Amino acid sequence: MTLTLQDARELVGNTLLRIVPDADLDALPDDAPFRDELELDSLDFLSFVELLSTGSGRRIDEDDYPRLRTMSDCIGFLST
Amino acid sequence: MPIYEEARQDFSWAAAAQLLSGLPEGRGLNIAHEAVDRHLATGRGGHVAIRAIGRSGTRDLTYRDLSLLSNRFANLLRSLDVGPRARVFTLLGRQPEMYVTALGCWKNLSVLSPLFAAFGPEPIRNRLLLGDAQVLVTTTSLYRRKIAPQRDQLHGLRHILLIDAPDEPPDGTIDLHRALGAQPDHWTIPATSPEAMALLHFTSGTTGTPKGAVHVHNAVVAHHITAAFALDLRPHDVFWCTADPGWVTGTSYGIIAPLTHGVTLLADDGDFDAARWYQVLADNRVTVWYTAPTALRMLMRAGEEMASRYDLSALRHIASVGEPLNPEVVVWAQKAYGMPVHDNWWQTETGAIMISNYPSMPIRPGSMGRPMPGVEAAVLRCGDSGRAAVADGPVDVLGAGQVGELALRPGWPSMFRGYLHDDFRYQQAFAGGWYLTGDLARIDADGYFWFVGRADDVIKSSGHLVGPFEVESTLLEHPAVTEAGVIGVPDPVAGEVVKAFVTLRPGYQPDEALRAELIAFGRRRLGAVAPRQIAFDQNLPHTSSGKVMRRLLKARELGLPEGDLSTLERPR
Repeated sequence: MTLTLQDARELVGNTLLRIVPDADLDALPDDAPFRDELELDSLDFLSFVELLSTGSGRRIDEDDYPRLRTMSDCIGFLST
Repeated sequence: MPIYEEARQDFSWAAAAQLLSGLPEGRGLNIAHEAVDRHLATGRGGHVAIRAIGRSGTRDLTYRDLSLLSNRFANLLRSLDVGPRARVFTLLGRQPEMYVTALGCWKNLSVLSPLFAAFGPEPIRNRLLLGDAQVLVTTTSLYRRKIAPQRDQLHGLRHILLIDAPDEPPDGTIDLHRALGAQPDHWTIPATSPEAMALLHFTSGTTGTPKGAVHVHNAVVAHHITAAFALDLRPHDVFWCTADPGWVTGTSYGIIAPLTHGVTLLADDGDFDAARWYQVLADNRVTVWYTAPTALRMLMRAGEEMASRYDLSALRHIASVGEPLNPEVVVWAQKAYGMPVHDNWWQTETGAIMISNYPSMPIRPGSMGRPMPGVEAAVLRCGDSGRAAVADGPVDVLGAGQVGELALRPGWPSMFRGYLHDDFRYQQAFAGGWYLTGDLARIDADGYFWFVGRADDVIKSSGHLVGPFEVESTLLEHPAVTEAGVIGVPDPVAGEVVKAFVTLRPGYQPDEALRAELIAFGRRRLGAVAPRQIAFDQNLPHTSSGKVMRRLLKARELGLPEGDLSTLERPR
């Protein structure tokens, strides 16, 4: 399933908030690697990917992980 | 190691010590000399000691580079009036400065205490204060986020060295590189007693504050020989230990042991990513790889096909530590990498690998292996307290197949020499001439050891030991929380994840908003050891002395039958 840009942004934002509920997403630049910015460890990142997959109804393989580093990456991935 | 039984029979720690050089003119034993300086005398100064893989590229440091840089670091410490026994803390990843700091610190007879950089501000402050930190080496970003806001509480912290300081370093910090540039690169290591304190590693218990396990320079004898036996290290190896330097594996086998063998070690500062890890293994022709079950389980999820895309033909030996390695991973690795994973067992207090599957010995998937030559291990009967303590009577060594507390006969060189400022808890770690590990195990008929579980409430998550008390104490600082019980719940990747049961004060609603707030609160304060799950419980079970019964919470969580509960926790 392909999402609109706006839906993709909302889904990524809400998913990040599930992991880091007080994350300041407005202060997170679209091109910033959020694993660093939000201090996600590898387990957090795994949860993020699983929640993103469930939320988008889209299978996400390990090969796709490098395409999910930033907000822009994720929006691009989910909307194409 | 040729044949296990023969190696065990022929072994002596005195002979193992002969494999090292000692300081010139019989001036003692210093880890930094064994790890670096002695290789210069044998013509290996030009060999690459560290290949540092950073975000912006790769940088090689030879043994000569490392020797000179650590000399400068030692000179810097002296110029800052930081002397022997003074504690030098690091809050760093696997950056070149981590290694320079460690070695320079030992050259100055100061004590290295590496902290996990993913800790939140509270665990960091507790450890800096407990360990009497005088110096901290860290990054500008970590300093700004985790140290600067609480600096006024860090009494005794005299110097903060930043490895990436901006042109105008923050007030009260020192630009490490500029300061090193002003130091001479000559240094003579002072006479060093093998029993001089070298390392302070914090670990967590069931109760109370974190414990600072003290290790001495003589530990290097055990680091060196165990790396030969369990990791099969040889001078021309390219070795990758993926452990963070903030945990004991990242120091004993991430820094010391590989350098004493003169290998090239990889220092990879990046996050875990399956494809990138394979790329690192392939590009650098890694021959020996020491990693953790959580990472291996994540690689297993990525599948055999991904592994097959990379040239891993240089790999000769794979080992794992951190929590029990499930047999499926051992079997999967045989298919994916053409070789099994060798699990081994040890802990912060033991300083070096104690029980291991060896290259020369058939692996029993799921077993931690057999005791290292020079190490006597046994399983002791547990008393009513759940531990093998003498309070329940004399210790009783169990036979094959029986479950009890794993215990070790003290006497190997990397045995911890105490918990800093806490002799009481140190004494409690021994009974009947044995060191009690806190792990439950059994031995099979052929002498292989099998991990069963923890004898106490400590949580093992992603290879990290998490003390429930530290997490509970932090949660209690939230105004909504009046009581908390923290346990580990099974997780297919991490082994266990931290789950907190909290009782709310009157007036607070147990809703999703509060749950999210508590998760966020935990992450802000505790960082990587924060609870991942929060449950509300207004009726936490208590012992007769009023403590939360974590074991009962755990039994409920695991769905164990009611009848089993009485044996899980008894009032103490």
